[in-house]
Amino acid sequence: MTTAAAIKLRPESHKKATGSRQPVHPGLFTALGVVFLAIMLFPIYWMVNASLQPSGNTLTAGLFPTNPHFGGYETAISQQGRNLVTSLIVSVGTVLFSLAIAAPAAYALAQFRFRWINVALLVILVSQMIPGIVIANALYAAYNDLGLLNSIPGLILADATHAIPFAILILRAFMIGIPPSIVEAARVDGAGLVRAFFSIVVPISRNSLITAGLFSFLFSWSDFLFALTLTTTQDVRPVTLGIYQYLGSEVSNWSAVMATAVLSSLPAIVLLLIAQKYIAAGATGGAVK
Amino acid sequence: MPTIQRSALQPIAVPQTRNTLSARKRFSQENLMKILFVVPAGLYIALFFGYPVVKNITMSLQEYTTRTFFTGEAPWVGFENYVTVFSSNLFSPALLNTALFTIGSIAGQFAIGLALASFFKRRFPLSNFLRSMLLLPWLLPLIVGSATWRSILDQDSGILNRFLEAIGVIQDPVPWLTSPAVALTAVVLVNIWVGIPFNVTILYGGLQDIPDELYEAAALDGATGWKAFRHITWPNLQPVVSVVLVLGVVYTIKVLDIILGLTNGGPANATQTLAVRSYQESFIDFEFGVGAAYSNVLILISLLFAIIYLRANRRAVDE
Repeated sequence: MTTAAAIKLRPESHKKATGSRQPVHPGLFTALGVVFLAIMLFPIYWMVNASLQPSGNTLTAGLFPTNPHFGGYETAISQQGRNLVTSLIVSVGTVLFSLAIAAPAAYALAQFRFRWINVALLVILVSQMIPGIVIANALYAAYNDLGLLNSIPGLILADATHAIPFAILILRAFMIGIPPSIVEAARVDGAGLVRAFFSIVVPISRNSLITAGLFSFLFSWSDFLFALTLTTTQDVRPVTLGIYQYLGSEVSNWSAVMATAVLSSLPAIVLLLIAQKYIAAGATGGAVK
Repeated sequence: MPTIQRSALQPIAVPQTRNTLSARKRFSQENLMKILFVVPAGLYIALFFGYPVVKNITMSLQEYTTRTFFTGEAPWVGFENYVTVFSSNLFSPALLNTALFTIGSIAGQFAIGLALASFFKRRFPLSNFLRSMLLLPWLLPLIVGSATWRSILDQDSGILNRFLEAIGVIQDPVPWLTSPAVALTAVVLVNIWVGIPFNVTILYGGLQDIPDELYEAAALDGATGWKAFRHITWPNLQPVVSVVLVLGVVYTIKVLDIILGLTNGGPANATQTLAVRSYQESFIDFEFGVGAAYSNVLILISLLFAIIYLRANRRAVDE
């Protein structure tokens, strides 16, 4: 596509710019792009670099970890290993719960002719804008009565507030394009609404389900507010809260903090590298539509 | 495939004419099933978005403190919590900081985001890969960003001060996060860094949607470069711009992670915002009534921008 357009355009642009400007070598743009990216990602490089420095409360890190120490990682894993596992369990739970709630709703809002669809979409859009602290204020009191403070189910339910509205909108944007005839064909064959949903809609929507799932995971993994407000003991403690407590007023062991930060960044880094397609789809689709 | 063929062979009219009564019964059953698809999501949204909004309103009219959790008593106090909020000497600084934080963050994110989006619009080798890698700061947990920037902005040993001293921009190390004079600026800078990827992504999408023919026609009239940007890009990008800006406001006024991680609202309350106040009243001082009142001020501002967003979004869809 791109090359075809470029070839088509070339004669005209040659006629226009008769040697007035040398065409810029595309490699130059790539080089410039790499420079921009390097500036933007420098803090992340610095985090990795600092995590490999000898432990201590000062940061005398050189530009490169020429003599890498892994003491920070040893401390991080011994002190935060459990919290990382907690984060992982909560995040996976949030993905499963959010998709289970969001997928049928998204399908209904995309394909069934309800009269109140626009109202429902409006409610979902607005719910995304409610500040998390509002939810935390109310949930703390409710969770206190229900015994959900310091519990994994409590965190999953709360973290799903980050994920469910987003997942419904992303999934609906895809499911609106499913031709109703495919589902109808199965219905005529005797499949119920539920069976048609699981045997036809879910497999077709695989890619958008992956996108919604990945983002639900990242949202929940990044959650700090509910970790901060809905846990009060050491028992159930997501790693984001672990980092916050390291930060305290005075940081005593920078390499351990940075090593924990690197470990908590791994899901985002890995997913961006191996599932770029899905991440890009979610980044554009969720915000505007 | 075989299912479609089979169904095409069967006359569809037969089961319908046989008895309309059971067909109608099936129809209403079917409608019930359809509603069941949205019931879980509806319940969840009512419990986890609707209930908190209502609860914040009632809480803000009650004396809701630690005692409430033991005795279950939360006496009604009318608008006393709001009086506490508005007469607090932290309210106007927090409101001002919220405005400065939001405007500063969004101006920076938008300007840099638009510049980068325009840059990446030219297709060059690796452009798509580089652009998606740019998303990373946005995908990381915000608290990770805060921790990293804490180390970069450290007064004595942080790399930023060391770098600025080495190139001779500053003589003495800047106390980025420990001086009330610069702390808010530092927090804004970090939030700009976090928000750039989102702005690039949405604006890049908007730029892609402007048809190439417009630029080709303009080029024939001699409008290239800055002129093309002013007369073609900017007017055509308007709907997307409004969406980005309004969403930016809605997302920025509620930011907590970055401020708590970098400064905890300090030094000397220099980075207190409405969201931080709400958190601290509720979860540090256990004055849930006052915290809820702060939350409601926040909601009111969000609501205002939500309305603007919905109008902008509708315009974007219409056009």
